[in-house]
Amino acid sequence: MAVQVQLEDFNVNDALQTLRANNPNVGAIVSFVGLVRDINEGDAVNTLTLEHYPGMTEKALSAIIENAKTRWNVIDALVIHRVGTLKPCEQIVLVAVTSAHRGEAFKACEFIMDYLKTQAPFWKKESIHQNGETQTRWIEPKDTDDAAQARW
Amino acid sequence: MKITVFYFARLKETLKYSTEDMELSDSVYEKPLTILQLKGILAKRGEVWQTMLLGKHKVRGAINHELVHDAAVIEDGDEVAFFPPVTGG
Repeated sequence: MAVQVQLEDFNVNDALQTLRANNPNVGAIVSFVGLVRDINEGDAVNTLTLEHYPGMTEKALSAIIENAKTRWNVIDALVIHRVGTLKPCEQIVLVAVTSAHRGEAFKACEFIMDYLKTQAPFWKKESIHQNGETQTRWIEPKDTDDAAQARW
Repeated sequence: MKITVFYFARLKETLKYSTEDMELSDSVYEKPLTILQLKGILAKRGEVWQTMLLGKHKVRGAINHELVHDAAVIEDGDEVAFFPPVTGG
């Protein structure tokens, strides 16, 4: 299991290769990559800045992976989450899960992502273009994220 | 009782505090000290503190890196944090 919080970008292929580590028990890898979009709530996004709580973030992400492992036959799991200032099209987060068969990896990957959204201490602030001016605003949590977590 | 308090995101920005060491004498709180009680003590610092900690915006609390509810008890030496609901991913 690996959890990484970093400023730098990540290479998905390299991360998946490391995760499977030529383990012949792995029959499936499911991965999710979250990206910065150029429009949010109708406004053009210049940048997205992510802040986190060092120390708690790593513990929270590890606890989420451990929770997933108690529910499904997961062989290994990885979360890489970036912090700092990102531009549209940049990668924000990678969640990847290996298992013997696809069903368990699909479920565990979605579970980890849903929990990350509501439990891991990250906060997003966006710089937007509105009425010809550049403004910043904190992203508000969505009720749909709470609902997505609650269904598990 | 000595604790360390951290603030993040909108709270950090508005309160202009990222972290502080607090020493609470027995006279300023009723045992056991809870998250809710600490919010009340901090809110007495002024209108901005009152608005940020007890206003309309939801505030989450953590003790020693675990998310907790308002009734959670704070012990001597604990690391407490206040922040808005999380928005990562």
